[in-house]
Amino acid sequence: MIELIDIRKKFGGQEVLKGISAQFQPGQTSLIIGTSGSGKTVTLKCMVGLIEVDSGAVMYDGKNFSAMSIEERIEIRKDIGMLFQGGALFDSMSIEENVMFPLNMFSKMTKAEKQKRVDECLDRVNLAGKNKLYPSEISGGMKKRVGIARAIVMKPKYLFCDEPNSGLDPKTSLIIDKLIREITVDLNMTTVVNTHDMNSVMEIGDHIIFLWQGLKNWEGNNQEVLHSGNKELDEFIFASEFLKKVKANYNKIID
Amino acid sequence: MYLQETLRQMYAMGVGSLLIVVVISFFMGAVITLQTAYQLVSPLVPVYVVASIVRESTILELSVSVLSLVLAGKIGSSLATELGTMRISEQIDALEIMGVNSRSFLVMPKLIAALITIPGLVIISCNVALFSGFLVASTTGVMSQDQFLFGLREDFVPFNVAFCMIKAVTFSFIIATVACYHGYYAEGGAYEIGTASTKAVVYCCIIILIFDYILAQLLL
Ligand SMILES: Nc1ncnc2c1ncn2[C@@H]1O[C@H](COP(=O)(O)OP(=O)(O)O)[C@@H](O)[C@H]1O
Ligand SMILES: [Mg+2]
Repeated sequence: MIELIDIRKKFGGQEVLKGISAQFQPGQTSLIIGTSGSGKTVTLKCMVGLIEVDSGAVMYDGKNFSAMSIEERIEIRKDIGMLFQGGALFDSMSIEENVMFPLNMFSKMTKAEKQKRVDECLDRVNLAGKNKLYPSEISGGMKKRVGIARAIVMKPKYLFCDEPNSGLDPKTSLIIDKLIREITVDLNMTTVVNTHDMNSVMEIGDHIIFLWQGLKNWEGNNQEVLHSGNKELDEFIFASEFLKKVKANYNKIID
Repeated sequence: MYLQETLRQMYAMGVGSLLIVVVISFFMGAVITLQTAYQLVSPLVPVYVVASIVRESTILELSVSVLSLVLAGKIGSSLATELGTMRISEQIDALEIMGVNSRSFLVMPKLIAALITIPGLVIISCNVALFSGFLVASTTGVMSQDQFLFGLREDFVPFNVAFCMIKAVTFSFIIATVACYHGYYAEGGAYEIGTASTKAVVYCCIIILIFDYILAQLLL
């Protein structure tokens, strides 16, 4: 379980996170949603320590990550997998080398065991047989899938995904979303996903946190999100005139 | 992992810069030979002295300092671009998340590769420049082959070669560290990668020239 306790972050005079508290449970995909610039990426980076919080604490299974030394953090990070917005694959390495990289750095497996594990992970993300391609030779959706394979190769306990479906078509997005959901359940990971994609929200939102102006404005799940009665959340979800009409009719149907 | 990455960097730096080093050195050697011969038309000075002067200018300055300025442009900009791209596309963040110390993982192989490869390129440059001087001097009739070879050996100070290598190692260190610094701490987007790379080259050149002066002052 990951717990945020009143985390705050300022950049210059701009207060991006104004005290956010939340809990993330294993086996669930938790989504952080909000408009662009609402602080989703900053929240995620604070959770993994790429950005330091100004105050508050990030707890991993009861251990205060924010107060840890670099060595202690490295131990926690070995249990963390992260999928970055653009995939963040290493350009100079093939797909296989990318996925094998964490194993080469940290595991004591034999070459054959590593190969087997890499093939399993690539198979898991439907990229079996693409081992030898380079990042420059594959599509954006494939890069994200390789990113997922690399993130789960060390069997992490915690998975973070920053906008896993930005820049992807709806169908590919759905494939990525389902994949994240599946591996979260199978590996019983604590998964936190940043998104502003409503399809993802409805599809995989076991637990949803809505950020608005630096605060947690609403928390719930995908069953509740459409009729929360929360003004800001409704504005975020039903942004277009078309969707507002859909909502009006939806309420009629529900009533 | 580190060894493999160091070898990859050495290959990129060495093979990537070999052609430009050979071409530049060839013309530097040819031009300096012709110009020295042109300036030294005196019946009092034996003609083989031209070869000695070409040797000194090549080893002490042209094939080290001038070449390092060229390599700052070639290798420095590519190191800064490589790290800048890794920073902007979050590859450096990805390393950190995996628990890898990105600074040592990325910078050390590049530094070691530069410290080995650049002095190697300098040695190649010295040889090519002197060979082209020899060719030009003997084919254009400035002096005979024997006279050039005699002049090349005359008054040879072995320390100058050591001085050349000290400079080469110093400049390699400057190129690698300054370029990596600017790339690693790049911020923003694609435009900033360009800015970081330009800055890296400019700072490399200035710092190389300053150290060129300091080393000449201290060691000669
Ligand atoms: N490193 C930084 N330095 C200064 N400001 C930042 C930095 N990172 C993010 N911000 C600011 O924080 C706000 C939230 O950004 P972000 O978390 O990236 O939003 P999003 O919800 O779209 O992911 C933005 O206004 C952004 O300008
Ligand atoms: Mg973001």
